[in-house]
Amino acid sequence: MNAAAGHGVSVLVENCGKTFADGTRALEPASLDIARGETLVLLGPSGCGKTTMLRIIAGLELPDPGGKVLFDGKDMTAVPIERRNVGMVFQSYALFPNMSVADNIGYGLKIRGVKKDERTARVAELVALTNISGLESRRVDQLSGGQRQRVALARAVAIRPGILLLDEPLTALDAALRERLRGELNRLLRALGITTIYVTHDQAEAMELGDRIVVMRKGAIAQIGSPREIYFTPQDRFVAEFIGAANIIEAPIENGHLLLPGGRQPIGGNVSRPGAIAMIRPETIGIVSPACAPLSGTIDSVSFVGDRQRVIVSGAASRPLTVDAPNAIRAELGERVGLSIAADAVRLLPPDN
Amino acid sequence: MRDRLIFASQLAFTLLVAAFLVVPAGLSIAAGVTVNYFQGIRSGVTLQWVAQVWELYAGTIALSFLIALATLAVTLLAGVPAAYALHVRGGRLSRAVEELITLPLAIPGLAIALALLLTYGGFSEFRRSWLFILVGHVVFTMPFMVRSVMAVFATVDIRTLDEGAASLGASPWRRFRDVIVPNAVPGILAGSLMVVTLSLGEFNLTWMLHTPLTKTLPIGLADSYASMRLEVASAYTLIFFIMIIPLLVAMQMFADREQAR
Amino acid sequence: MAPRHNGQGHHRVISHRTFVWLCLLPLAVITAAFFLLPMARLVVTGAEGPQGLASYLAVLVEPRYRATLINTVLLAAATTVVTLIVATVAGMFLQRHRFPGRSVLIAMLTFPLAFPGVVVGFMIILLAGRQGLIGDVSSRLLGERIVFAYSIYGLFLGYLYFSIPRVILTIMAAVQKLDKGLEEAARSLGASPWAVQRDVVLPALAPAFVASGAIAFATAMGAFGTAFTLATNIDVLPMLIYTEFTLAANFATSAALSVGLGLITWFILALARSFSGGAVAAAG
Repeated sequence: MNAAAGHGVSVLVENCGKTFADGTRALEPASLDIARGETLVLLGPSGCGKTTMLRIIAGLELPDPGGKVLFDGKDMTAVPIERRNVGMVFQSYALFPNMSVADNIGYGLKIRGVKKDERTARVAELVALTNISGLESRRVDQLSGGQRQRVALARAVAIRPGILLLDEPLTALDAALRERLRGELNRLLRALGITTIYVTHDQAEAMELGDRIVVMRKGAIAQIGSPREIYFTPQDRFVAEFIGAANIIEAPIENGHLLLPGGRQPIGGNVSRPGAIAMIRPETIGIVSPACAPLSGTIDSVSFVGDRQRVIVSGAASRPLTVDAPNAIRAELGERVGLSIAADAVRLLPPDN
Repeated sequence: MRDRLIFASQLAFTLLVAAFLVVPAGLSIAAGVTVNYFQGIRSGVTLQWVAQVWELYAGTIALSFLIALATLAVTLLAGVPAAYALHVRGGRLSRAVEELITLPLAIPGLAIALALLLTYGGFSEFRRSWLFILVGHVVFTMPFMVRSVMAVFATVDIRTLDEGAASLGASPWRRFRDVIVPNAVPGILAGSLMVVTLSLGEFNLTWMLHTPLTKTLPIGLADSYASMRLEVASAYTLIFFIMIIPLLVAMQMFADREQAR
Repeated sequence: MAPRHNGQGHHRVISHRTFVWLCLLPLAVITAAFFLLPMARLVVTGAEGPQGLASYLAVLVEPRYRATLINTVLLAAATTVVTLIVATVAGMFLQRHRFPGRSVLIAMLTFPLAFPGVVVGFMIILLAGRQGLIGDVSSRLLGERIVFAYSIYGLFLGYLYFSIPRVILTIMAAVQKLDKGLEEAARSLGASPWAVQRDVVLPALAPAFVASGAIAFATAMGAFGTAFTLATNIDVLPMLIYTEFTLAANFATSAALSVGLGLITWFILALARSFSGGAVAAAG
């Protein structure tokens, strides 16, 4: 994140919660501090409150009394969305079927009274930026999913908003398209440098696009941090399992070692947490000969995934362990192998309550 | 063999029912252009009855159109925004209001007319003008317009479009003009067709509310059935058919097109 | 970049909530002034007669009114039953078979859909009136001219005339949605065609029967135009209300009777809606 080159506003969310009219508590009071130009990702399963948080920042929902939203220090809590100068991309894109692509993109400018010449120029600029040249006079129902997504983005960016809000913009697309657009979206967001809040349930998107990630669960924030922080030092089991694959091991700890059925495993760092459970990422486990490691087990299954092999090893821990091994390593069904794990690859998490 | 027998008998039955419905209408059209109904088509084809009807009832027919168009204007101005408001608000209050607005459909026109007469019959200026009939028509046709527009809103996800326009800075009125109404056009058209057709054909309410000076086409029809010779009554009915059947066909085409989508 | 101006110009910006309330305002005023108020007045007038609130029960208690009510209910019930039978036979036939001229036949069966009651009355006069077709045919075949348009049988025929198109459309739509797999399964288990109809098809159509039957019943109960055209002395509830109001100036009685009639039709249509969940309306 290059703070110096950042555009847009900084956002401060203070104790914003949301209880709906029928009593459902969609969001527990939470606070966020978003720097100008930062891309913040709200990540979590459906129902975790991420979209509610986004809509509160957008001005589409009012937070429960006591909650405040500030843009660059100014209190915007009571200001409706029309006057917050935000650029929003909705999950269903919300493109206007009664207008052409060019009219859609230029609509926000028209509202702001921008003259026609300038409008046309700006629309052309955005059409080029989002790679949709040639589609200007098409109607919305003549566009593919990927094209619609780009038009929605162009429309939101055209007005030079202080903050860009994206509500699961890639969820409606198929997997291959999603991956390709993810990269494009990332480049675009970096180029624009506007403060961005991005909502998704896809952890790969979160990792690639976010400067910081806010992992949410059941209406509350579970952890905030950079992608690396979240991945390597998750604070609890939920976060660990949500971001990437994780082996969760519940085993007694003695003398800085995990006592496992298949041997002993040293733990790095602070080991004095009673009842803690251990998390080990699959790619940090190395497959070696049984003599070379304090921990060993038997290979249950081997799946070729493309860039690596996914090996399931049983007998080492009370539950089968998932190991990501490079293709070069020979792993055969039923083979007895040693598992080499660096001490600081073992992370201790608080017990489930 | 048995299957064919069953098919034939069902076909015959259906044809009989169709004949029951179509033959009188055909007779009516024929009678309207025949010189003498008793002698049948042998007596010659003429437009004299149609001309006579026109002479007697042109004013009535014109008033019917005036009321139908005025009803349309009122239902558009009051119904379209209301449909938007009800859809956007959602919730129990909106559903209750929707039920309330649909009540006039469940209550016989006679009862509504009586109610109007008892309440406003005393205002003689109002009572004697065609506005009195307009009021009855509006109450009766409004639910059709509102429901038709709300049906379109449900399929187009108007709420998200509204939010999209709001996020771009458009005021509520601007959004209504640029986004809500243009996307409600199919519902508005279908509703309009319905309102005009219903207003032109409305009798139950109108009979109670009319005066000798404010007669509509169906009132004239009832008059002619009671007091005019068969040929004149038939010619009048023929004119009514000519006015109403294109509207019905248009509504059917609309409904088919919407279903095919 | 701050917006040059936010598009509202010099107008005062109204909030979304206010705008939504403004949108409801015209309709609210119209409904209150021209529907709610008059209906309230009607209910009150019904209780203003010499018997007070008891006049509401007059429909059930007074022999003359009770006879009319029973007449109306029987007529409506007969209409409903016959219409359902006719519409089911014709509707299933049309929906299940394709043949040249099918769409013309369907058009013929549904074109009277929006005819006002008066026109339907005229159709019946042309069929069964003094100069009617049936009279012509019968005088040639039997030597006697059969005229029944101006009796309750004529009214019955009239009610059939405007009920059949409506109910046929509903039944056809319901037949289209039937799952043919169920019928095939019954046949594979040895059921005869009649048994398939009895055990699989008709039960599946039951909700459609109830819904469209209720509409036909409610419409027949409240129909005025048809009865008016055929004669003013047919003994059905709408005609009674009309004569009490215009000829006898019995405002209280006619008001009470109309409220009663309104309640009955509303109740039946509410029942229909809970089965069909769709748009229902009375007319006629």
